[in-house]
Amino acid sequence: MKSAPDVALGPVQSGKGDPGEAEVAPEQGFMRAIARDTRLAFRSKGEVIQALVFFVVVVSLFPLAIGPETALLKRIAPGVVWVAALLSVLLTLPRLFASDYQDGTLEQLMLSPFPLPVMVAGKMGAHWLVSGLPLALIAPLLGLQFGLDSRELGVLVASLILGTPILSMLGAIGAALTLGVRGGSILVALLILPLYIPVLIFGAGAVETVAAGLDYGANLSLLGAGLLIGGLTTPFAVAAAVKISLD
Amino acid sequence: MNIYKYASPATFYPLAGRLIPWFAVLAAMLAAVGLYLGLYLAPPDFQQGEVYRIIFIHVPTAWMAMIIYLVMAAYGVMALSFNARLSSMMMEALAPTGAMFTVLALWTGALWGKPTWGAYWVWDARMTSTLILLFLYVGYIALTHAIEDKKRADKAGALLVIVGSVNVPIIYFSVKWWNTLHQGASVSVTSGSKMASMMALGMLVMALACWMYAIAVALARVRAIIIERELENGGAANWLNTLNTQDKRQLTR
Repeated sequence: MKSAPDVALGPVQSGKGDPGEAEVAPEQGFMRAIARDTRLAFRSKGEVIQALVFFVVVVSLFPLAIGPETALLKRIAPGVVWVAALLSVLLTLPRLFASDYQDGTLEQLMLSPFPLPVMVAGKMGAHWLVSGLPLALIAPLLGLQFGLDSRELGVLVASLILGTPILSMLGAIGAALTLGVRGGSILVALLILPLYIPVLIFGAGAVETVAAGLDYGANLSLLGAGLLIGGLTTPFAVAAAVKISLD
Repeated sequence: MNIYKYASPATFYPLAGRLIPWFAVLAAMLAAVGLYLGLYLAPPDFQQGEVYRIIFIHVPTAWMAMIIYLVMAAYGVMALSFNARLSSMMMEALAPTGAMFTVLALWTGALWGKPTWGAYWVWDARMTSTLILLFLYVGYIALTHAIEDKKRADKAGALLVIVGSVNVPIIYFSVKWWNTLHQGASVSVTSGSKMASMMALGMLVMALACWMYAIAVALARVRAIIIERELENGGAANWLNTLNTQDKRQLTR
């Protein structure tokens, strides 16, 4: 059942193996997984756009619920945008593995010569490209509605670009663990939202500190550190979760 | 003695049964001594008066809430690396007790907060991270109950708790920094370092009582889980029949 990709990790071993084996470099698997998943996502553009519209609608609900007072809206803007981003990413998580699980692609991925952590890392990257990055790109527009100035908008975008990949990484663990489980989507929310809290705090915190005229570097650095640690560790956790779910 | 012998549910079941009374009696005795120390012998706090005495429940339960999650994570590592069934069963047995201690810690904290801070709930770093810890417990319980295949549920739960335990310090510090950013150090627990020795002793004894209680309850629950799983497997009759008569009477009850 287990593939043995370790032997094909690099061109060093190409001397003894057949030439075809040497082609199997892990980064290639990563690129292939990204390319495949983004292409699939853009073939059903509706889903990508729906998550984006959801994000915009949720953010627009807050002024209606709280009132049009400019000072108050400006104060809550970072938190509102970040909470909406969390929820929007959460809604797109089933897309990561569910269809691949149903049609057996996930099993093929496990059997492929590429290491599974590399393949799931590619899937996570693609998930961010189609569901995290668009949020960061449209966020300035929403920030303007809440009266944020250009400096704050810049930090908001930076925090989203650094933070949303972490949401995809942690979310992938939850999505993989709940594959094929009844009531999976609400369960993912329950499992993953507590783990999202640090990202929310540092992401919204970065914008709040710049709005308060303080140094926002610490918050962005912490998000960056989280991104690096997440990038190094979560592919292995997700691969383990996928194996558990397919067992 | 070969300790691995007791890694099998069939041998652990009777051992747990023999251990439960000891831990239960110890828990009751320590709780009695601890409450006597805390409620009668310890002097009233010079600032808070008698109100502070809830500390003898509050602090031990808060400790247990954290420790049980870490113990579950340790069992999770064992479950995944050695593929040990009993470790997963212990996780399942510990989770409700851990969640209960977390609720108790939050509840007693709220009851203590009202007279001293004037509010049942403040978004204090420790309270907030304890609340998140409760969410983590609930998440584990929900996940393991949602997956029907027990083997998969065990492994998924183990992985979730391990990921969660890595996150617990991150969550704690992020909430702490968030807290200082927002409201400064307006709230601090005064009875920290310069505590009367009688208070410290009472708290320690109560903490031990909570430990003993947690072990006794977890062992009792793991016995129920063992029986449940073995009966589901169908092939359990063999060793279940070798249990002594007292155990059997409990089974049929």
